[in-house]
Amino acid sequence: MAMLEVHDIHTYYGNIHALKGISLEVNQGEIVTLIGANGAGKTTTLRTISGLLRPRQGTITLNGELISELPAHELVYKGIAMVPEGRGVFAKMSVQENLEMGAYHRNDKAVITSDLEYVFGLFPRLKERRRQVSGTLSGGEQQMLATGRALMSKPTLLLMDEPSMGLAPILVEGIFDTIQAINKEGTTVLLVEQNALMALSIAHRGYVLQTGQIVLTDKADKLKKDPTVQKAYLGVD
Amino acid sequence: MKINWKTTLRYGLIGGVSALYFSMIGMVELFAGRNLIGTTVNMGHLLLYGGMLAAGLLAARAHHQGKLAQHAVIGLVAGLSAAIPTALLVILHEFIPMQDVFVSVNNALIRFLTFERGLPGLLQFFLASGLLGLLGGLFDGIPTDYRRAVGTGLAGVAIVAVFSDLVTQVLTNLFGRASVNIFFVSKALKPVIALVLLLAIAAFVFMRDRRKANAPAAVAAAPLDKRAALRKQVILFVIIGALLAIAPWILGSFLSQVLFEVGRFVLLGLGLNIVVGYAGLLDLGYVAFFAFGAYTMGLLTTTTNLNLGGGVFNFWLALPIAVLVSVLFGVLLGFPVLSLRGDYLAIVTLGFGEIIRILALSDWLKPIMGGAQGVLFIPTPEIFGIVFDSPESMYYLVLAAALVAAFVSIRLRDSRLGRQWMAMREDEDVAEAMGINTVQTKLLAFAIGAGFSGLGGAIFAARLGNIFPHSFNLLISINALSLIIVGGLGSIPGVIVGAIALVGLPELLREFQEYRLLIYGILLIVMMLNRPEGFLPAEVFKRELHAGEITEPAEVE
Repeated sequence: MAMLEVHDIHTYYGNIHALKGISLEVNQGEIVTLIGANGAGKTTTLRTISGLLRPRQGTITLNGELISELPAHELVYKGIAMVPEGRGVFAKMSVQENLEMGAYHRNDKAVITSDLEYVFGLFPRLKERRRQVSGTLSGGEQQMLATGRALMSKPTLLLMDEPSMGLAPILVEGIFDTIQAINKEGTTVLLVEQNALMALSIAHRGYVLQTGQIVLTDKADKLKKDPTVQKAYLGVD
Repeated sequence: MKINWKTTLRYGLIGGVSALYFSMIGMVELFAGRNLIGTTVNMGHLLLYGGMLAAGLLAARAHHQGKLAQHAVIGLVAGLSAAIPTALLVILHEFIPMQDVFVSVNNALIRFLTFERGLPGLLQFFLASGLLGLLGGLFDGIPTDYRRAVGTGLAGVAIVAVFSDLVTQVLTNLFGRASVNIFFVSKALKPVIALVLLLAIAAFVFMRDRRKANAPAAVAAAPLDKRAALRKQVILFVIIGALLAIAPWILGSFLSQVLFEVGRFVLLGLGLNIVVGYAGLLDLGYVAFFAFGAYTMGLLTTTTNLNLGGGVFNFWLALPIAVLVSVLFGVLLGFPVLSLRGDYLAIVTLGFGEIIRILALSDWLKPIMGGAQGVLFIPTPEIFGIVFDSPESMYYLVLAAALVAAFVSIRLRDSRLGRQWMAMREDEDVAEAMGINTVQTKLLAFAIGAGFSGLGGAIFAARLGNIFPHSFNLLISINALSLIIVGGLGSIPGVIVGAIALVGLPELLREFQEYRLLIYGILLIVMMLNRPEGFLPAEVFKRELHAGEITEPAEVE
């Protein structure tokens, strides 16, 4: 049984049928990526899984437990954490306060302190700036912060929405290295990306979305070689 | 440096048009009736020539630097040009009497403007304006430490003179009636006293700045010894506490009543501060909960046949119930607006506030709530034989309530719930993704905010002894919102300062009641332009609004 099973979900924005029957699976220990063009439904899929949107039809299960009925804030307790699109740091809070918000649902102070050190180990830059107001961080630092904040909830499944958005290529590489490192330590990752090449180079498997439907799924290295994917998303003729 | 004549003239004319406006709406004339220093300087002068001074100062400041002489020239030109519009009005009035259309353009105003000398007096008017403008320009040019000293001194004298009612009252209560006559002639400061006061304040400020500047930089920069800092804080608290405790004796009956009003709005402000400042939910119908508190108190304790309590309830029994009812309605009115954000929330809550008021006014609920006649004969609180029937005693009641509310506010701010509110204010979706139950968090903000407001309403009802629907109009909500914005959103000292500035001070200037909203509006605009974070801002908002000014280490990516 897969860790996360999404079965035939349909999500609407008002009358707009955004997801038209998405089904996907994420197995324990994998990095799975959703790629696709603008408006394909990548973010909508992620927001539906994280409970911020509700599917009108279809089910989502996590380790066999139905989670598509649960409100977003309870999913954190089930081990799902999200790094939202555009990073969404709490701009007026300091770096450390942001990270503490990530551990909001936990009460084990000692472990939180050690987790904080772990995140600072991953992102030494954040440690330097722990007292700084996060709104004044650079884009790359904010992405680190958003990722670190999600990790503070000790997730078993990490949902990441466009971590490369608006970042310099060198920073993107750093972020993707970190994703791989996090994954190696046992966190399963579902990654939504427009930067298909980068995403496929670290992912185990991938799904290609087009106008609310999955049109292709395969191992990541095979997708990379697939002619349609190459043409549409990798810019190879 | 070259003088930019266009800028200079612009500042002058802005000052001039303001002076013309204040003259034509009658403000200058009314203010002129109130002497500040002897019989030579009155509030009309302060308003009119204060504008000239400001025009000169701002015009000079717009030039950033320059020689003192240039400052003087700029100030002079700005001051003279500021006199032009009003001078034209005086000349025009000479040929075409305008009093039929502009009621306030009358002979009294003209006499004031021309120093009672007719058209030739205009020369004097120009002279005075030019001189004040020149002084304003010079003021901008002198070194900072002198400027601070003189500025603080002038402001100090102006405050003492304008709020002479307050000062004379305190003097009377402390040292007897005779002491007042040493310093004041009727309501105005004696000229000698004004001069002494100016020099004293200026000297004090000057010396203090000097001492600070001369202290070795290392000592000043070193973090204060923690124990010493704590001791300083404790002493400050004791002094403030003692002042609050003896305030009614020093201030007397009328000013105690003003303090009661301030306290009432502190309660309202603290509650709204939780909803707007902490949780970021813009609630414009906040007065509704104040009404719930007041009506609950009224209906449970009144001695008329509207009484719902069956004669069981006194003030102390009804008080918790009034708070509970408000909390309950806070939650009830919170439910429908859970999914609304920002402007939409503001509009819906605005509607709620009006609905509550209109329901209280309606014939439909008249058998229960008394309709337009309101609820009469609400008994005053009484405990252990002490009857709270005077403004002084009610002051203590509202003080106690405000202290409780402030304590609860501080504790909430630093609690998990406080962080929840803050996170929700920043980004509702992300907060939810962090595991925050936003429904519960929002309802708690509405409920606690409503509770404070209800507490204020209940005390208000018991103080007045009767309540009417029209006491609960939109203006109360707007007032409460303005005071927390002026004080500083999310800041508890800010609420207190805001309440004193927007509720307390206007009470002291009742003679100018008709211009209250005008001054209020001008104050708000100036405040938002120059200091959007409020008088005493909370740390987070300061950080936000001045984020651009933080000097960051250079990026090395």
